[in-house]
Amino acid sequence: MKPASFEYHRATTVSEALTFVNELGEDAKFIAGGQSLVPMMNFRLARPTALIDIMHIPKLNSIYRDGDSLIVGALTRHRTLELTTDASVVEGFALLSSAARWIGHTPIRTRGTIGGSLVHADASAEWCMMARLFDAQMTLEGPRGRRTVSSGDWFQGMFSTAADFNELLVEIQFISPRRYGALAEFARRHGDFALAAVAVAFDVVDDRLCNVGIVIGGVEGIPVRASEAETLLEGASLGAVDVEGAARSAAAGVEPMESEPGEAAYRRHLVDTLTRRAIHDALATRVQ
Amino acid sequence: MSESCEITLTVNGVRHQVSVEPRRTLADVLRIDLGLTGTHVGCEHGICGACTVLMDDQPVRACLVFGVQADGSSIRTVEGLAANGELTDLQQAFSRHHALQCGFCTPGFLMLAEGYLAETPAPDRVAVREMVSANLCRCTGYQGIVDAIVDVAEQRFHERPI
Ligand SMILES: Cc1cc2nc3c(=O)[nH]c(=O)nc-3n(C[C@H](O)[C@H](O)[C@H](O)COP(=O)(O)OP(=O)(O)OC[C@H]3O[C@@H](n4cnc5c(N)ncnc54)[C@H](O)[C@@H]3O)c2cc1C
Ligand code: FES
Ligand code: FES
Repeated sequence: MKPASFEYHRATTVSEALTFVNELGEDAKFIAGGQSLVPMMNFRLARPTALIDIMHIPKLNSIYRDGDSLIVGALTRHRTLELTTDASVVEGFALLSSAARWIGHTPIRTRGTIGGSLVHADASAEWCMMARLFDAQMTLEGPRGRRTVSSGDWFQGMFSTAADFNELLVEIQFISPRRYGALAEFARRHGDFALAAVAVAFDVVDDRLCNVGIVIGGVEGIPVRASEAETLLEGASLGAVDVEGAARSAAAGVEPMESEPGEAAYRRHLVDTLTRRAIHDALATRVQ
Repeated sequence: MSESCEITLTVNGVRHQVSVEPRRTLADVLRIDLGLTGTHVGCEHGICGACTVLMDDQPVRACLVFGVQADGSSIRTVEGLAANGELTDLQQAFSRHHALQCGFCTPGFLMLAEGYLAETPAPDRVAVREMVSANLCRCTGYQGIVDAIVDVAEQRFHERPI
């Protein structure tokens, strides 16, 4: 289908984008890569009266290291993150590059942005999971000035975040590097949004796991941490990691969505399987 | 109806100035305003890849970019491949390997492969399979498409200037 009509405005600075949204009001929308918004407009699930194109704000397209943190501009393309593997930049965040490869397909990744993904807030989106896993801090600019929201407060429900309509997500700061990690997903077709996905990351000190993070995506309305399973693995010695126990605990802890009968049970089963797989794969990255 | 915007696109090396409604997708600007109907439109939501073109050398879904967003960019479409009636090596390989039957998906696959091979000169078969999974073909079963792309990749690799 074809989208309904709208006005188009191109912003080249953050303040210009904020001025536009201030003038145009709640029925206007920012457009970044358009890879979620345009399909919704083509289906007429979204009918913004105006689009404010933010893709031409050069300063929001950046990746850099600041001490332990990795700072990513909101307009950084999925494809750029996929191709950023330089250890001096992504050390402790190597999983981001492999996670990017799960996002749709190359022609989607050349346009779609990390900021758009986080604001769209699909519960199975790879960036939403990575934000939870690496404790991202989202920086917004808006009429209230600049504020930062932690990933724990960012996701407020299905497709809903802490960002107000007139706030622009400018930067994402990943603050908890972890040496080892893996992402396991299941989707019916390659490149589709996952029916369930599990991401795991940890460090190893004195042959024991520490800073264990486990995130489950696509199962509840927002990506969730499997805190009991994390506790179970914390401090485990490498020779005796209770993978089965952690997987069982992760699966028991979720409250899966059900859009078709039987889907909740199936998703729970997937969480068990994918948690095992992700832990095994993360341990294997250590051996390499 | 909202006001039209003047945009400039360089398509296959030729500059065009067109006046378009903001809601017109790049795929429709190419097809309707510029008469370049080689770019096909299937699903209009990013799934099928029939509309794949190169925008500043990167493969994109032309149904998921509005023409106004593409203002100032350089676009390559399937019409820009063959020159003087002579098919490119990639097009010839598609023909040789029976990489098309109805041909609806072909412009998208050609542009996807063209963009990919420019970035990845010596891909293995597995990587090519992964890459073509971006687009849908309902006829060929992909075998011929993969064969054609692998063949051209090898050919170009051996003939590359050293
Ligand atoms: C075929 C297909 C398959 C896909 N598969 C996956 C997948 O497997 N995993 C996955 O994670 N995603 C997938 N996607 C979605 C893709 O990752 C999108 O790129 C992403 O969800 C949105 O990013 P965008 O830059 O395209 O945002 P847009 O579509 O431009 O915007 C999305 C929303 O965010 C708002 N917005 C965008 N940027 C900002 C900002 N900086 N500040 C405030 N608001 C902003 C917009 O107003 C809009 O509401 C797929 C898309 C397609 C078409
Ligand atoms: S028409 Fe663009 S992806 Fe199907
Ligand atoms: S040749 Fe018919 S869809 Fe591919």
